[in-house]
Amino acid sequence: MIASLSLILLCQLIGEVIVRGLDLPMPGPVIGLILLLALLLARDRFAMLARGPLQGQSQGDGVESASRGLLAHLSLLFIPAGVGVVQKLDLLAEHGIAILLILVVSVVITLLVTAAAFLLASRLLAHGEDQP
Amino acid sequence: MSDNPFSLWVYLSQSPLLWLTVTLLTYAVADAVSLATHRHPLANPVLHSTWIIGAFLLLTKTSYTTYFGGAQFVHFLLGPATIALAVPLYENRKVVAAAILPMLVALVVGSVTAIVSVVLLSEAAGLPRAIILSLAPKSVTAGVAMGISESLHADPSLTAVSVVLTGIMGAIIVTPLMNRTGITDFRARGFAVGIAAHGIGTARAFQVDAVAGVFAGIAMSLNALVTSLLVPLAVTLLIH
Repeated sequence: MIASLSLILLCQLIGEVIVRGLDLPMPGPVIGLILLLALLLARDRFAMLARGPLQGQSQGDGVESASRGLLAHLSLLFIPAGVGVVQKLDLLAEHGIAILLILVVSVVITLLVTAAAFLLASRLLAHGEDQP
Repeated sequence: MSDNPFSLWVYLSQSPLLWLTVTLLTYAVADAVSLATHRHPLANPVLHSTWIIGAFLLLTKTSYTTYFGGAQFVHFLLGPATIALAVPLYENRKVVAAAILPMLVALVVGSVTAIVSVVLLSEAAGLPRAIILSLAPKSVTAGVAMGISESLHADPSLTAVSVVLTGIMGAIIVTPLMNRTGITDFRARGFAVGIAAHGIGTARAFQVDAVAGVFAGIAMSLNALVTSLLVPLAVTLLIH
């Protein structure tokens, strides 16, 4: 468990170092995500990597179960940031209605457009496969 | 009880212990209520935890800085949770590979829509530039969105609030909206809520359907990558 958490933190740390060092326009955790994904994929090819937190599915305390634990209550992690709304009450008094309306409209548009794009693309592709 | 309950309060209200406990306890109760209502969209645990804790801080005249002293331990985990998204992505690599093209199309279209719609609507509403920049990354998970906001010299704390609001709205709206528009493919429904409403939407998707949850998680992690590249670009192109 500790080794798995260390691996996750290490990926994040390396991500931060790369982002700050190379002055990249993306957040460190994104690089960390790519790193961990690359490690997991590499583990399947090179057996020597399959040890410690990377030893695989059968192990209860691998990086997989640590990650599942973190993601199980993902919504909890947003609460401290959300409570930050108490600091923004004056700004919300001024622009709150506009911001709320903009966010609602943007969310509805994004949901519909994304779902439609997914369905359309998978239908077109399936159609293409039917008629080679 | 001590002779002076007020001094006990002064001590506790400054300690991380109290605020960490308040955060976890409020969430545990809100989550139990959500479960008891069979995960009704309006019983969203983030929505209710946020306003209850916020109201408690205002009533006790506690500053957000003091609260955050305790809550930072939960907040910190947003970064590691972003890394952890690599695991569902890895475990579902076959599903991802099978639906890779529709997903990439929906990812690019959805990500661009999320950013462009909020920037154009904000400009039309005449919001100040600093607010528009802070709202632009609102559809991506909080750790990433705050990083983007920071790199744009916007207001990361306003970004965090807009991220949470967006997530709550998406989680509440998605089920009735998709049912009403007749979209029954849980891959499409999950993917859409992951793009539009990140982790809070993904948590909602897992409550409704396992396949929807997996696709939401994939959408959220891919969107974290794409949005961090697109927002700086969109901001340069759209805001004058």
